[in-house]
Amino acid sequence: MATLNSKIPEGPLSEKWTKYKASQKLVNPANKRKLDVIVVGTGLAGASAAASLGALGFNVKVFCIQDSPRRAHSIAAQGGINAAKNYPNDGDSVGRLFYDTIKGGDYRAREANVYRLAEVSNSIIDQCVAQGVPFAREYSGYLANRSFGGAQVSRTFYAKGQTGQQLLLGAYSALSQQIKAGTVKMYARKEMENLVIIDGKARGIITRDVKTGEIERWFGHCVILATGGYGNVYYLSTNAMNSNGSAAWQCYKKGAFFANPCYVQIHPTCIPVHGDYQSKLTLMSESLRNDGRIWVPKKKEDAEAIRKGEKTANDIDEQDRDYYLERRYPAFGNLVPRDIASRAAKERCDAGYGVGTGKAVFLDFKDAINRLGKDKVEERYGNLFQMYQKITDDNPYETPMMIYPAVHYTMGGLWVDYELQTTIDGLFAAGECNFSDHGANRLGASALMQGLADGYFVLPYTVQNYLSAEIYNAPIPTTHEAFDLAEKEVNEKIAKILSVKGNRTVDSFQKELGHIMWEKVGMGRNKEGLTEAIPMIKALKEEFWKNVRVDEANECMNPELEKALRFADHVELAELLAMDALQREESCGGHFREEHQTEEGEAKRDDENFMFVGAWQYKGEGSEPELHKEDLNYEFIKVQQRNYK
Amino acid sequence: MDFTLKIWRQENAQAKGRFETYKLTGISPDCSFLEMLDILNETLINDNIAHPVVFDNDCREGICGMCGLYINGRPHGPDDGVTTCQLHMRRFHDGDTITIEPWRARPFPVIKDLVVDRSAFDKIIQEGGYISATTGGVPDANAIPIPKQDADEAMDAASCIGCGACVAACKNASAMLFVSAKVSQFALLPQGKPEAKKRVVKMIKKMDDLGFGACTNTYACEAECPKSIKRTNIARMNREFICSKLTSSEE
Ligand code: FES
Repeated sequence: MATLNSKIPEGPLSEKWTKYKASQKLVNPANKRKLDVIVVGTGLAGASAAASLGALGFNVKVFCIQDSPRRAHSIAAQGGINAAKNYPNDGDSVGRLFYDTIKGGDYRAREANVYRLAEVSNSIIDQCVAQGVPFAREYSGYLANRSFGGAQVSRTFYAKGQTGQQLLLGAYSALSQQIKAGTVKMYARKEMENLVIIDGKARGIITRDVKTGEIERWFGHCVILATGGYGNVYYLSTNAMNSNGSAAWQCYKKGAFFANPCYVQIHPTCIPVHGDYQSKLTLMSESLRNDGRIWVPKKKEDAEAIRKGEKTANDIDEQDRDYYLERRYPAFGNLVPRDIASRAAKERCDAGYGVGTGKAVFLDFKDAINRLGKDKVEERYGNLFQMYQKITDDNPYETPMMIYPAVHYTMGGLWVDYELQTTIDGLFAAGECNFSDHGANRLGASALMQGLADGYFVLPYTVQNYLSAEIYNAPIPTTHEAFDLAEKEVNEKIAKILSVKGNRTVDSFQKELGHIMWEKVGMGRNKEGLTEAIPMIKALKEEFWKNVRVDEANECMNPELEKALRFADHVELAELLAMDALQREESCGGHFREEHQTEEGEAKRDDENFMFVGAWQYKGEGSEPELHKEDLNYEFIKVQQRNYK
Repeated sequence: MDFTLKIWRQENAQAKGRFETYKLTGISPDCSFLEMLDILNETLINDNIAHPVVFDNDCREGICGMCGLYINGRPHGPDDGVTTCQLHMRRFHDGDTITIEPWRARPFPVIKDLVVDRSAFDKIIQEGGYISATTGGVPDANAIPIPKQDADEAMDAASCIGCGACVAACKNASAMLFVSAKVSQFALLPQGKPEAKKRVVKMIKKMDDLGFGACTNTYACEAECPKSIKRTNIARMNREFICSKLTSSEE
């Protein structure tokens, strides 16, 4: 049985990556052309990896489910990207970014990976500027920065409220250049449905063409998964409609360990739920917390009057407002990390101080508008204010926004070692779909950093190191029996779904699953709820296979079938998520077990027993998965209670 | 709210399409346009009326550019400055008849129902919509200061989401607004200068080759752009093009 070997290079933290690069094996240019690399996903991690590996000379095939690689959901990231440039001269450094990320992740991330992330962060900014990413600038012509949750320095680079869009379009342009050069072949509207393993190594994938339903086989000397997170298991989330955890789940079922599935980030500033027809939740960037102040009424009567529509926010006097984050966490105020801000909002609403439907708090820009002027606020957040107004029909320049937490990001994902390789040889995972850098909670503006770090600056080295041993292996024809078998599994799954001909739509199942997950495996979890959730999820899975209705055929564009294929995986993933949450008898970061809290209601970690990465191994249908533990050894950082007071 | 929906149905690229009419009742005014279509699809499936209507969408927050419906004769519908996914039913009147079609443009063939193939846009970008900076070996990000105004203008041009509304709005199916936004972004930045001349010529040629029409200065594109991309970008591209032709030493 494989024990987890994280393959962290020896030596002091600050020298590990340099040493790795110096000793890593290379592939000569003539051989690179003979090596096939498959990249699944074209978000920041996938597009940047494909472009960089293509530029190195490898033969890259890249796949996405949308009509164009530019649609990947990285595009929706608003706030910014962190780097340790220290341009504002406010005391930032690689060491501090490293420390903040580890602390923000509640001491549940691997030191060596996080240090490398901080180390390459500066190169990302250089790269993006060279590509023509129009970051915000000061009048001097130099780059502007702002601050984000969990940090006391200004290290976030941004492009209005559309940073993800600009970075993704940068990576997409680099990808386009390689497509034109012929080093990268782009396959859009194809969804990965299975992983092909030959002699223990990842050797290809099976895709379904969403336009024609055609099942196709693709060979690669290695496979890189960059397919994002699994937040849509919760149905309502800030993820795009097509974001899904299916590809990662297929790899799990083929032997890749799944790490920390219970670490789910609930983002504090989203537009609240307002109806059961709702299909997704919209995020209001964390950057708003730079200037917006979060509050609820101090008096329950006021909260109730607001809920009934008898009073508005503007009727509440200053002394009757409870700026609860500033009250509880004076040092960080409104800029505490996301998990803390989310729980504090839930606490106030559960206690009866919520506004709107009762599940909302105010985010108020009155003071910012008085201090900076409306123009300045508009320049900083104009597009977000407009977006808010379009959705809610309220004008945030006049009345405070209403916000509530929503599922946003998954820190858990496929287990990877220092080289971003999973427990399957030749299968790499990058960006949100791996578990690697954020521990139990991700800091704002760090997802973009990680996606691009993995794609531009880590995988080009580590994948090459792996491929150096592959130069003697000719491509395996896709007529190999392993491809037959993998394709057969896909065909059977599709046939099975189509044959059910039941009475319920896929959405109704996904909504029900989301409801179970949000209520019992959401922001506050406890043993009772989790033990109830697991059989409920199992029962739902059973019902799905008996009662789902997908009536159109496979051979055409059939979104219902796509959704059904994903749901079949999501319902299984949900169960593992709940099991992991049950297993982790502590509170840390985004994982809050109500049994484990301090008297003031703060998360209480149990470092004695839970300072490990929980990596699950699939043991076959009907058997319990096995939990493996990778101990986290903090050699360089002193582990402390997280304190933002 | 109640609506009568006249929706374009077409099995595949070869099939002949037609309008089908569906009635929908009890829709909340806070419901988004695409959520309204979700509800329609639920009804079509549950009541065994027809196959669900297929339409492209992903982020549902106006940034990915995947959605795009021609609603009552306007790309992205009656609201200004938003994509289809950001349109809400409160913009309509109770009892309205709403006509929903795919983008109509020769370079964007229909795949099914309301879904079109916009890969022509990717092909144009591949001709030169980038700065050839391969990974690594680039200077420090602050090595070259860029005047704030240029950076801001470049950002405005770069906000294009590639949805194709400009093409759908244009009677000639011209892609000038889309192409000029990308050309402008790079023309405004010092990093984009070395390749500027080649870029504009190649991208315009590709656009013509792919069957997009010419610009006859009607600017329906600007009026219908959900991201308010300005027509000044077209002027800038034309200048770049002429200047490139005048100073070109090759060919
Ligand atoms: S679905 Fe992304 S812009 Fe409308």
